This record gives sequence, C-alpha cells and structure tokens, in this order.
Amino acid sequence: MTGYLLRRVLGALVVLLALSVLVYALFYLAPGDPARLACGPRCNPEQIAQVRDQLGLNDPVHVQYAHFLQSLVAGHDYSTGTGVQHCAAPCLGRSYQNDLPVTDLIVQRLPATVSLALGAMVLWLLLGVGAGLLSALRRGGITERLVTWLVLAGAATPVFITGLMLLMVFCAQLEWLPFPSYVPLTEDPEQWAWNLLLPWLALALLESAKYARLTRSSVLEALAEDHIRTFRAYGVSERSLVLRHALRAALPPVIALTAVDLGTMLGGAMLTETLFGLPGIGQLIVQATRTVDLPVVVGVVLVTGAAVVLANILADVLHAVTDRRAALR
Amino acid sequence: MSTAVTTQQETGADAVAAPAPAPAPGQFLRRLRARKGALVGAGVLGLLVVLALAAPLLAALEGQDPTTYHDALVDSARGGVPLGDFGGISADHWLGVEPGTGRDLFTRLLYGARVSLLVAVGATLVQVLVGVTVGLTAALGNRLVDTVLSHVSDVMVALPMLIFAIGLTAVVPQDFPRPLLLVLVIGLLNWGATARLVRAQATTLNKLDYVAAARLTGASPLRVARRELLPALAAPVLTYAAILVPVNIVYEASLSFLGVGVRPPTPSWGQMLSSATTWFQADPAYVLLPALMLFVTVLSCTVLGDAVRTALDPREASRLHIGRRTGRKGGAA
Repeated sequence: MTGYLLRRVLGALVVLLALSVLVYALFYLAPGDPARLACGPRCNPEQIAQVRDQLGLNDPVHVQYAHFLQSLVAGHDYSTGTGVQHCAAPCLGRSYQNDLPVTDLIVQRLPATVSLALGAMVLWLLLGVGAGLLSALRRGGITERLVTWLVLAGAATPVFITGLMLLMVFCAQLEWLPFPSYVPLTEDPEQWAWNLLLPWLALALLESAKYARLTRSSVLEALAEDHIRTFRAYGVSERSLVLRHALRAALPPVIALTAVDLGTMLGGAMLTETLFGLPGIGQLIVQATRTVDLPVVVGVVLVTGAAVVLANILADVLHAVTDRRAALR
Repeated sequence: MSTAVTTQQETGADAVAAPAPAPAPGQFLRRLRARKGALVGAGVLGLLVVLALAAPLLAALEGQDPTTYHDALVDSARGGVPLGDFGGISADHWLGVEPGTGRDLFTRLLYGARVSLLVAVGATLVQVLVGVTVGLTAALGNRLVDTVLSHVSDVMVALPMLIFAIGLTAVVPQDFPRPLLLVLVIGLLNWGATARLVRAQATTLNKLDYVAAARLTGASPLRVARRELLPALAAPVLTYAAILVPVNIVYEASLSFLGVGVRPPTPSWGQMLSSATTWFQADPAYVLLPALMLFVTVLSCTVLGDAVRTALDPREASRLHIGRRTGRKGGAA
C-alpha cells in the first residue's frame, strides 16, 4: 500500500510538472505581450519596458520557467517600484489586474466553491443512487423506463439550462426562493443553505444522471453473480437481494466516482458559478480569461489539475479499500 | 490514472474484448430502424440539419436577418422588453424578437443551429482523427511509445478540459476565426477517450491470427493498420463518434455561454442563453426558445447515438435481453 501510494504520488508529480511546462509554454509564449497586459492599456513604451524587466521577461524562457517553479516552492520577492513585497510559497505570481497574489485570490474563492460542491454531492448521491436502485429493483417495468428516460434527459441538458429553468420556476414564477446570492456559511448558515439550494439542485440533476446509470449497471452486474443466485435460490426476497447484497457490491465504484467528481468540482463548476453568480474558483477563471489575466488563468488551471490528479489517486485507493476484489496496481 | 472509475465513466466504451465484427450495412440499418427512439432521433436531427442548411432561404422567406436591430419593437420604457405577447411574436417575426435589441429570434435560432452543428461535427472529426492516430500508434509502436502515449491519453481524459479550453481562448489572437478555433480547441483537448478506445481494440485485434498472417506476409505496420485494423475499428469508432457529437454540442454551447465562444453578432444558442440570464423574469420566451433548441438537438443526438451503439454491437443487444429475462424470473420468484 505504502509503495503503491508513493509510486502514484510520484507519478502525479511528474504529471503536474509536465502540465506546468505545457501551461506555462502555452500561456506565456502565446501571442500578445505579457508586459503590455500587465502594465495596462495606458502605458507608454518606457513603462512597458520597465514592467518587462520587473517580470523577468527578458530572460530566456527556461530561466523564466525556473523562476516560476522556484517561486512556487520557495516564494518570491517582488520589487513594485516603491518597495519590495513578498509572495509566500506556493506563489503562483500576481494578478495583472489588481496585483494580488494568485494564491490569495484562489483561497478567497475556495469557500463558495467548496459549499457548492459538497452540497451538490449530497443531493446527487441521494438522487442518483436512489434512481439507479429503483430502476434496478423494478427491472422491465415502467419505473425502469421512466428512470432511463430521465437519465437520458438529465445527461442531455446542460447545467445552465436546468439552472435557468429552476430560476424561472422558483424565483420568478412561484417566488418561493430568493435570487441566489452567496452568503458565507460562517455569516448565516440558514441563508447560506437557502441561497445555495438552486445551484445545488441544478448541479445535482446533471450529475445524478451519471450516478443513476452507474448504480444501475453495477447493481445489475452484482445481481448476475453466483452468490446472489445462491441467495435467490434460498428464497431471499428480491428487495433484500438488491438492498442488502447487490448494493454493497455496487457502492465502491460510486464512491470512487464521487471522489473524482469532487476533485473536478473543486477546480470550479464554471457554468453553475457563472449562472448563479457564485464567487467561486470557476467564476475567477472566467473573469480572468475575459481580462487576459494570465497569471490567474495559469494558477487556476494548475490548481485544478492538481485537485483532479489527487482525486484520482484518492478514488483508486478508496476503490481498493471498499472493494477487496480490486487490487492496487 | 488508469482507474476503474475513469474507465466506467466513458460509457463502458473501453471494453478490451475484440470488437465484434461489424454488421453489414443492410443489417445495421435494419437493426437501427427497429428502434423507435432511433427513428425519432434521426428524424428530428435530419430536420435540424435541413433547417440549418436552409437558414438563408428561410430567413429570406420570413424577410428578416439575424443581425438587424429593430428598436421600434422593444419597449424602451420597460428596459427593452419586446412589445406584444410571447416575446413579440408577429407575422413579421415568427418567433418574436430579442429583448433589448429587437433582433429577429427565428433567424438567430436558425443561424445558431449552423454554428452548433458545424462546430460539434468538426470537433468530432478532429477528435476521431487524432484519437485513431494516437491509439493506433500506441497499439503498434514499441513499449516506450505505448507507455508514453497511453499515459498522455489517460491524463487527457482525467483533466477538466473546459478550464483549459477557456484558458486557451484567452491567449489566441483575437482575429483568429472563432468557429475554427472552437473546433480545434474542443477537438484537440478531448481525444483522450477515443485514443484509449482505439488502443484497447487495436491491441486485441493485433493478436488475432488474420493480422498476424498479414504481418507474416511482410506487410509494414502502416499497411497492417490501414488494411487490417482500420476496417475492423470502423464500427467501434463510429459508435463512439455518435456519442461524441451531442457532448460537443453542449461543449460549444457552454463555451459560448461563458462568453468565449463565437463572437457577436454571430448568433449561438449558448450565447443567447447567456444573455437570457438577465431577461428570464421579463421575457421567458427568450430563455425557452434557445433552451428548447439545444435540449432537443442534444437529446435526439444522444438517443440516436445510443441506438447506433446497440445496432452495431450484437453483444450489447443480447446482454440487455438476457438481463431482462433474469429480471422477470427474479420478480416471479
């Protein structure tokens, strides 16, 4: 187990390093002058040249990249013209827009993103696993067909359509819910939940389709196994077969998929956050893209990549722990 | 990242079993026709393609174009809500006008269909092209080539590509043609799953006697790939491509929704939905129309893709059948 973990973490580091090279190359070598972007639209050539010097853009590319990695690991001191400012490790550079460290920007956005992801996860697990179980229990019946169609429709609807429909029904027509505006959990837990209800639901409806399908197929697969057939021959009821025995076998992949999805969402559910105006990481990168704020874009991409890579390792470990048939390779 | 999870995520397309021999075209069409969902899906999709192709004609028939502003048709006192019922439906504007600008919605939706279908199909072609090339190279290359390419594919599958796509659109020069950029960004970032599928299938095929025989006659790897492997891979790749199209339609809509898709004034459904977020209270029709178009298109593509998969894969059909039979038995017990 330890050896396995060590190998996976090392592998993940290699992936992340490769990713950083790629992202760095793409974004910093792309057409468009970073110095001009950093300096702003009203800079004269001398000021741009000064900024270029400050950012170290006159160095060869590999030196620039080395500096980027160095500040990621050890932090970095910036001269701002008026004095020296320190950007603590892990330093991802500073935003061109407001000169704040990218790391701080991301940390500020974390609560909204985590709130969205965790709440939605609870809902999608309930909805998805429930629907999957139901359709596995009522095979060949109208329930199964209904669930199959709902799953298809759920997978076919982009989250911003579901979200807009929810907004139209619950906020505009029925006026049951307030227009979502993010309230931090620490400020007012009740308002936090009410305001996040629609984003949770929108995200959960989309995700639960995948979970329903996965639950259904793994329950059916488990039901086809020999020991279940033996139980059935002994007269164990179909209901208890599904709920007590098949479900146990079906859960490991669901747990593993949840880990992967959570990892992806910690990088920001861009569409949901943009639609509902949640100040999360997804919204951050969308805004940064509009203003061509390259350090922020690079930072978010790298952090997201790291979250996903780690989530994948976690998923594999969880899968092995929960399902003894799966071996760690 | 060769997890059981990511594999299952890809609609089980990674089955390592040798691809079943593709049914003859006639048999394939017969099986496809036997499924009602496929017929409906194909019908709706066919209609959409015709509508998209005939967009200029239909626009001329209505006498409108997608970019002209009609200030007289919106109520500037109420912030630009269209005058009249249901978003300003009239004999001149069959589906009403856009709030704020008064642009004709019918033509905007039609031209939006063009963008949507064109980008989705183009991106799918790129994905298949790159995926097949990488997958075949991995399957036929030596161990090092295989390891590297497989790892790259795995990483491509695992990473959240929407974020990368957004980042990429930020750095590409502004005057680069936007639809082409979308095709390239979507296609070049999402070939990982196709490559994995092709590699798995080609590796299995490669061990079969007829491929070995071809190799023994002295055929080069390129010739083996072209003459022996590609024909056998056609069915699984086609199946997978059919599933990719609706995914890519959503992709394009998502990028446009986030404001990094095609540039205004070129209409796109995602872009319309994005601007509809500020109008859904005052003018629900403006939300519903592009939402409906997008939903119907993606749903019919998905249904058709599902049917294509079943029709091409005899094992899939028989497995479903067996599953149902045991189900009934179990229920009776």
